Amino acid sequence: MAEAKPKVRGKVVAAPTCAAVVGWFETPSALYHACESLRDKGYKDFDAHTPFPVHGLEKAMGLKPSRLPWIVLGGAITGFLTALSMQWWMGGVDYPLNISGKPGFSIQASIPILFELTVLLSAFGTFFGLWGLCGLPKLFDPVMQHPSFHKASDDRFFLSIEAKDPKFDSKTVTELLQKLGAHEVEEVAP
Amino acid sequence: MSSKQQDLKDTERLPEATAKKVQTLALGVAAVGLALSAVGYMGDKQRFAFSFLTAFEWVTTLGLGALFFVMIQHVTRAGWSVAPRRHAEWLTSILWVSPILFFVGVFPNMHTLYEHWLGEHAAHDAIVKAKQAYLNTGFFTGRAVLFFAIWAVLAWFFQSKSREQDSSGDTKLTEKMQAMAAPGLALFALSQTFAGFDWVMSMDPHWYSTIFGVYMFAGGVVAALSVLAIINIRLQSAGLLQKVSTVEHQHDIGKLLFGFTVFWTYIAFSQYFLIWYGNIPEETIFFKHRWVESWKEWSLLLLVGHFIVPVVVLMSRHTKRNKAILTVMAVWMLLMHFVDMYWLVMPNLDHHGVHFTLGDVGALFLCAGLGFALVARRAAASPLFPLKDPRLAEAHKVENL
Repeated sequence: MAEAKPKVRGKVVAAPTCAAVVGWFETPSALYHACESLRDKGYKDFDAHTPFPVHGLEKAMGLKPSRLPWIVLGGAITGFLTALSMQWWMGGVDYPLNISGKPGFSIQASIPILFELTVLLSAFGTFFGLWGLCGLPKLFDPVMQHPSFHKASDDRFFLSIEAKDPKFDSKTVTELLQKLGAHEVEEVAP
Repeated sequence: MSSKQQDLKDTERLPEATAKKVQTLALGVAAVGLALSAVGYMGDKQRFAFSFLTAFEWVTTLGLGALFFVMIQHVTRAGWSVAPRRHAEWLTSILWVSPILFFVGVFPNMHTLYEHWLGEHAAHDAIVKAKQAYLNTGFFTGRAVLFFAIWAVLAWFFQSKSREQDSSGDTKLTEKMQAMAAPGLALFALSQTFAGFDWVMSMDPHWYSTIFGVYMFAGGVVAALSVLAIINIRLQSAGLLQKVSTVEHQHDIGKLLFGFTVFWTYIAFSQYFLIWYGNIPEETIFFKHRWVESWKEWSLLLLVGHFIVPVVVLMSRHTKRNKAILTVMAVWMLLMHFVDMYWLVMPNLDHHGVHFTLGDVGALFLCAGLGFALVARRAAASPLFPLKDPRLAEAHKVENL
């Protein structure tokens, strides 16, 4: 990703001083429509912060389908193969025990473990995959510097446009957000 | 999410020509079935009794699966399923045809089908004698009448209340249906389980499995959901339902279809696994009968066709939302449900491999054709979705993230 190069007219600034422009909306539908306009205007690096999931927001934001299912599938296949090879090796090859005449290794007896490990590693894939895709754990994000940002977990619907967006220009996006009905539109430092 | 008032108007009725076509098709299938059945019956009366039981179970479990779907929607107060619930209500009409099929096609052949506890040697069989308090003609008949009565009344109740709401729009009716759904489900679970024991499991009275009723239930729900998926897709494609039943509802039905396919497998494996581990001859005999000669391939077909194929195909959201793929899978699962019923019934007759005949197809066509002819009649006579259901707006808004 390219370094943010803020275009500044008139004055000259030495270092990038702005990481994102942040504002909030009073209702989910206002946020939804704002996201739609940003998407239609060609913005890519913007994010919505809401106190609860807003249905359909991913479409309004123009997000691509999540890659998470593929990670989960990878976890599932790994779990399945691990369980299969483990039981085959332990019970059938390395240390076969005769328990009421049952074969050391059999598909039938292996199914519960196959199932459990498939599910377990799928769950791991889901949980840690989501962390990875979200960039967690993340102790600081510039957006948090917005003075009212704590309300994003209460009753306000935040929208942030990041400086790394190719179309970013702090003055334009500030005006744009204000025009879309955002309140307290502010620039946050990196 | 949009705040504008949503227009819930959709086509209310099946066009007359379409309704006629569907009914004619069902009756045509039944007529072909009758002809083939006659050939089968002339050829081998004993064999045809088993073929007919297979077909009867196929169509009856499907109707029961639909009844379950209707009641589950009420008991969970589901909002998404308002339109599919109406389609399931149509399917419960099958439960009015089932008793006729049973008392005409199954009951008179009792001595053929259940000869192990009705025949002469039953008197000398200690195990069967111990079960005679339960397995005797009088009690068996009484139970059958009771089961059919429960199902017919439940099907009538949910259909008629739902139809009443179409004109009155009274929300009290929804409450009434919800209140009935919980005891209805309890009655359904018991009657359905014991019907499975009586009509299928008792063919081999030495063998028993407490999970058997659940197994048949799981297969029936898969079949019912398959038909619901096909109805949803057909009504969408024909442009009849565009708002209350869309690709989102199709996706939800697909998810349930996937889920119940896995549930079926879970139950099938639970039954198999305990018997395999216990390794006691009187229990393993059930699977031994289904593992001799070509029955082995039939069993493997069930494993691959009723589990592996649908699980792999239906796992992705894209396949569940694709009309062609979901239709193919729904038809496939209906076929697999027949393979399943055949697998349960026919090895009691054929101990040396599969012996598939025209009579098997004939009986299936006959039972399915008659059942669906009534379903088609009900579909023609009622609106395509509950017109004034209080949850219609909710159903319209359904979206899968």
